Amino acid sequence: MELLSPVAPGWGGTLLVGLLHSIEIAVGATCLGLMIGTAGAFGKLYGGPVTRDLLAVYTTVVRAVPELVLILLLYYAGTDLINQVLTAMGYSRVDISGLAAGIFVLGFVQGAYSTEVIRGAILAIPQGQIEAARAYGMPPGLMLRRITLPAMLPFAIPGLANLWLIATKDTALLAVVGFFELTLATRQAAGVTKAYLLFYLAAGALYLALTLFSNLIIGRVEAWSRRGMPSVKEAR
Amino acid sequence: MTAEAIAINMAARASIWLKPHRIVLILIALALVLCAAFFMRWDWLPQYWEMGLMGIWRALWILAVTCALGFALAVPLGLAQASGPIWFSAPAKAFCTIIRGTPLLLQLWLLYYGLGSVFPQYPWIRESWLWPYLRQAWPYAVVALTFSFAGYEGEVMRGAFAGVPRGQLEAARAFGMSRWKIFRRIWLPQAFYRALPTLTGETVLQLKSTPLVATISVIDIFAVSSKVRQDTYLTYEPLLLLALIYMTITGILVFVFSRIEARIPVKIG
Repeated sequence: MELLSPVAPGWGGTLLVGLLHSIEIAVGATCLGLMIGTAGAFGKLYGGPVTRDLLAVYTTVVRAVPELVLILLLYYAGTDLINQVLTAMGYSRVDISGLAAGIFVLGFVQGAYSTEVIRGAILAIPQGQIEAARAYGMPPGLMLRRITLPAMLPFAIPGLANLWLIATKDTALLAVVGFFELTLATRQAAGVTKAYLLFYLAAGALYLALTLFSNLIIGRVEAWSRRGMPSVKEAR
Repeated sequence: MTAEAIAINMAARASIWLKPHRIVLILIALALVLCAAFFMRWDWLPQYWEMGLMGIWRALWILAVTCALGFALAVPLGLAQASGPIWFSAPAKAFCTIIRGTPLLLQLWLLYYGLGSVFPQYPWIRESWLWPYLRQAWPYAVVALTFSFAGYEGEVMRGAFAGVPRGQLEAARAFGMSRWKIFRRIWLPQAFYRALPTLTGETVLQLKSTPLVATISVIDIFAVSSKVRQDTYLTYEPLLLLALIYMTITGILVFVFSRIEARIPVKIG
């Protein structure tokens, strides 16, 4: 048990640092994914035919290939591409930080899933609300901010919450490309101390705590986004 | 329908698909593929394709076994949560929460490195008939993936069992069916039909989880591509081919499941 203590001889501190990195990546990836998803959903719904087809290819391919393969591909391709662009423009090569690369890779994957979630949520908005906004002469930006985004939120929150939970768990995959997050921290701690079972169980408890805590927050957010709407339970 | 009508129907369908911008996009895609075929290095393929086929076969085998076992485990898990007494439903719910709340990679490493390091400490395990299997990696992979599938699908089956209308079960009881017969003839088939669309998604997710077993030294198609990358120092070619292989398998899976879904009666409940 003293192996888990947060001060020097114990490895608890290492695990907590790993957990912090995991959360950082998950938050960053979800934010990036939401941005890509919102843009992608609007592109799919209101874009021209070429935009639509390209977005369809993006969402289909990303959702059909295992995350691990995508992470490897984007991790190497992304860092390689940036360095090639930099050398072509006459700058020297840079080391991409693991954090930025991880956020970019997971955000790209999350973007494909959230595109579909947000697209479905926008389609679920009663058509009359958008027509009413147009009839008032709202410009598209204002309509997005005042009508579409708030009205789609209750439909999108359950799917987006799922994506957040998936993002927290997908950070574990970055251990395979050597990014220091909770799973890799656990593996190092376990490898040094030989207490494999103890550390993996501890890491599992940390992930589980993160999930359960997220569920608590998500419940609150969902209730808030549904404020003023009739309860689903009463409707049945 | 006459042959002429079928021909017109097909022409209409083709014209929906082959709009001018689509043709341009398809040509660009073809050009990209041709560029990849000519300008990238593929000379390692003859040396490794046998190993690759073996890897694909192993990935499919793991997928099939874990989906079948996982579904068999998901049915009691769902049933216990939907209608069991508390001492059945609480453990089932805890199992599903734990499986769904932790990353699969961690579960896999917990079983393989964690349990794998505990087992050899007990002499009676080392002397038992199970030991030759416990020393290999694939049983841990199968167990971890089975539990994962059962955890996610158990939650789906809970909803599916709970979603079967009460009237159906009451009617079956009124016919004097025994509890087991009601379950076998009424409850399970209807719940299965309800769960089928999500089952497609779960199976594709499971396929996308199989490369994780490569991290505990099971030689599946992902491990083969890693070996190619180590041997030839090529970064992109094996990974691109790997992505293509997974996309193909996903496409086949989705097609097969859509065929199965088309066969079931549409009106339920």
